[in-house]
Amino acid sequence: MSPAPAVQIMPPEKPVPMVSAPQQQPPLAPEPETPFKVEVQDLNVYFRANHAIRHVTLGVKPQTVLAVIGPSGCGKSTFIRALNRMHDLVPGARVEGRVFVDGEDLYARGIDPVLLRRRVGMVFQRPNPFPTMSIYENVAAGLTLNGIGGNHAEIVEHCLRQAALWDEVKDRLRHAGTSLSGGQQQRLCIARALAVEPEVLLMDEPASALDPIATAKIEELIHELKEKYTIVIVTHSMQQAARVSDNTAFFYLGELIEMGPTAQIFTNPRERRTEDYVTGKFG
Amino acid sequence: MPSREAIIDAPASEAAAAQHHASHPGTSNLGDRLFNSTLWILGAMILVVAGLIVLNLAVAARPLAKDHSLWGFITETQWDPVEDRFGALTFLYGTLVTSMVSLILAVPVAIGLSLFITQFAPPKLGRVLTMPVELLAAIPSVVYGLWGLFIVVPWLRASVEPWLGKHLGWIPLFQGPPIGLGYLASSMILAVMILPTIVAVSVEVMKTTPEATREAALALGATKWEAVMMTVIPYSRAGIVGAVLLGLGRALGETMAVTMVIGNSPQISASLFAAGYSLPAVIANEFAEATSSVHVAALAGLGLILFATTFLLNAGARVLVNAVQRGPRRVSG
Amino acid sequence: MNLHSSFTYRKVVDRGMALVCALFFALAFIPLLSVLWLVISKGAAGLSWSFFTQLPKPVGEVGGGVGNALLGTLFMVGLACLIGLPLGVGAGVFLAEKGDGTVGRSVRFMAEVLSGVPSIVVGIVAYALVVIPMGHFSAIAGGVALAILMIPTLARATEELVRVVPASLREASLALGVANWRTSIRVVIRTAMSGIVTACLLAVARAAGETAPLLFTALNNQYWNTDPRQPTASLTVAIFNYAISPYDDWHAKAWTAALVLLIVVGLLNIASRVLTRSRLKGAR
Ligand SMILES: Nc1ncnc2c1ncn2[C@@H]1O[C@H](COP(=O)(O)OP(=O)(O)OP(=O)(O)O)[C@@H](O)[C@H]1O
Ligand SMILES: [Mg+2]
Repeated sequence: MSPAPAVQIMPPEKPVPMVSAPQQQPPLAPEPETPFKVEVQDLNVYFRANHAIRHVTLGVKPQTVLAVIGPSGCGKSTFIRALNRMHDLVPGARVEGRVFVDGEDLYARGIDPVLLRRRVGMVFQRPNPFPTMSIYENVAAGLTLNGIGGNHAEIVEHCLRQAALWDEVKDRLRHAGTSLSGGQQQRLCIARALAVEPEVLLMDEPASALDPIATAKIEELIHELKEKYTIVIVTHSMQQAARVSDNTAFFYLGELIEMGPTAQIFTNPRERRTEDYVTGKFG
Repeated sequence: MPSREAIIDAPASEAAAAQHHASHPGTSNLGDRLFNSTLWILGAMILVVAGLIVLNLAVAARPLAKDHSLWGFITETQWDPVEDRFGALTFLYGTLVTSMVSLILAVPVAIGLSLFITQFAPPKLGRVLTMPVELLAAIPSVVYGLWGLFIVVPWLRASVEPWLGKHLGWIPLFQGPPIGLGYLASSMILAVMILPTIVAVSVEVMKTTPEATREAALALGATKWEAVMMTVIPYSRAGIVGAVLLGLGRALGETMAVTMVIGNSPQISASLFAAGYSLPAVIANEFAEATSSVHVAALAGLGLILFATTFLLNAGARVLVNAVQRGPRRVSG
Repeated sequence: MNLHSSFTYRKVVDRGMALVCALFFALAFIPLLSVLWLVISKGAAGLSWSFFTQLPKPVGEVGGGVGNALLGTLFMVGLACLIGLPLGVGAGVFLAEKGDGTVGRSVRFMAEVLSGVPSIVVGIVAYALVVIPMGHFSAIAGGVALAILMIPTLARATEELVRVVPASLREASLALGVANWRTSIRVVIRTAMSGIVTACLLAVARAAGETAPLLFTALNNQYWNTDPRQPTASLTVAIFNYAISPYDDWHAKAWTAALVLLIVVGLLNIASRVLTRSRLKGAR
């Protein structure tokens, strides 16, 4: 990992966006002008009376990977699901605050969450291929279900190659998606998410159900996908966060405790609680 | 359905939002609205069907109210379509007797069977064990009637009833000539027919007993049977009662099999060997031929009684079964 | 009584009760095997091609069949499916998707309670609903009665089947930017579909075996009939009429017709297995 550039960290109470620069930039030239791809301002999520996300403010630059870490139940999934309005369908869930993608507020009135979700794709903790569909149909699902035309065969091959699955499945595209191994299924789900050409990819512990080899493949994949996509990944593994991300956000009890370049979070955190967590004192 | 509250109104961005909205004609909104309203209509259809049942029964039974009081209707024994005199007591009695005797026959077997399936049989056998019970449930009732008429009735007449009369003849229940057709035959066939209902529901509720409770009892040194009596039975008791009520509901309303073996003779008799009549049987036999409107109304009135009884029974049974299946919040001690 | 003998006694009770339970299990086989064996052994003799294709003949004449009754049953069950399947499955989807509110709970409770309403009562309802306004017995009235019987049971079965579809599949589809309604239909219901088809076929099998609600709605008919406004014969009513007649020759026909009915019901059950096999290779 190359050392990431310095960033300004704001205390979470103040709704001022944090700045993070792309990784490959020379350290001394932070570019404050680069607009955020995803920007969150004073985000709150409630499940009935449970205040699960508290006043979170942060920003993610284009073509970077943000890792979200924190102990179980601290609200990582809740946070990431707020970024493509997955809470809309949860009875009793309430979201307050703003989430901008390319400067457009997702929670503004009149925004169609359906159109939004095409721009913000999601990969889940457990692989969830559609059981009634073949491998091919799974990848093309976003296109067929949305009635998008085009050369599906070509798109399917491209996405499967991007997800590093093509060589393993090219001879059995008509087999059930669920006939693959767990790791292959997860890559299939990534290919499925890529087929609708999102700009942002949300990944909620994509490797937690996988063995080390499959995990390594997924991590490699994230590295490659970064060229094109902005990625937010939730992970339980500190090593994984260190390996794949440019920036890391540490959540604790629904609050964003600290966010900064990954190297700094792991080697020189500002907050005591972050240090305790990354050094394994709790969690 | 995106809940309204999940969407934050930010007045400042409303204009921009409206513009944004215009640029993406709401492809999903129309579809969602159509889909949701279709679903609501379909769901409401169940309530409409319930309403139709009540309404049509009431309308059909209405002419009866002219010169019959409800009390008179259910306490009179005379049923004379020619004279337009209608009393339902004979049929109520037949229905009640056959249902009760069938419960007495079926319930112990059903509970033992359910215990065998859920507690004593090797768990590996699983679904195979419920197969015979499912098959019993799949046989149409007219086939049971056929079987009852040509197999069970002759068997009762030739062997069972003479034997009972000889050894237990001092009990009024077992007196009289063994004619085969009658309450006993109906009860036996009903017992077979309600067995699958009781077993299916009992098995479901017994399965909800937490495994840990049973293991705790076994760990205390209880034998398997004692563990069952200490944990499974108390835990699922309300549900088993519900299952029995559901079975009773089936027995009360069962038509064809009873019509074919009860003898269709409008009389009240203490002996189980005697021929009788039941509510559904008289409806089945007379409805198509009923000519006077009062006769039809009287039959519909019988139907209304049957509906009200089974409705209440089923409602009570569902409350009990659902309470057990919902888990630890127990109904009664 | 010392500890040891009380323990022996408890052991004996334990074994004894387990044995009783097993015996009860065996007991359930007696009526099952008896019914199946008698229907097959007594019915098979009369089975012939003409039994399926011919009209019934008057007492005393040899031959004749239940062709019109078989057709009538198919016809009325078909009518019932037209009404009952969409409403039953639709109400089930409603219960699975919107069934958590007060309305949903009351609809579910009503469906549960209605599924226990005696079929003869439903016959009266169809009589008042269709026969009286039309002025005469008809296949439509029979179909309506069967449909009313199908709806509540099918609704509950469908609900259970849709509910077991993992929420993760719905979320996966939504995350691809697929609209809610498309997700519901093309992912959630599609996934539950094989189960729903099975439930429908079982509902059809049950409807085909109903007698009581047809007695005074469709009545009977000695001839071929495909006019939904006319009285129509059915296999079950034919069995009933043959069985309660005083003629041995008709009793034999009742057994054969019962065998045909069991074959129809059995075929529907087998069909439900075959039809729902996944078309995909390696599907689990
Ligand atoms: N659908 C829901 N309904 C009610 N409460 C919820 C719901 N989802 C999450 N919560 C609550 O929100 C809080 C945060 O949960 P969340 O799933 O975001 O944690 P997490 O950080 O992802 O944990 P993990 O690492 O175990 O996945 C928890 O207290 C949880 O109980
Ligand atoms: Mg999580």
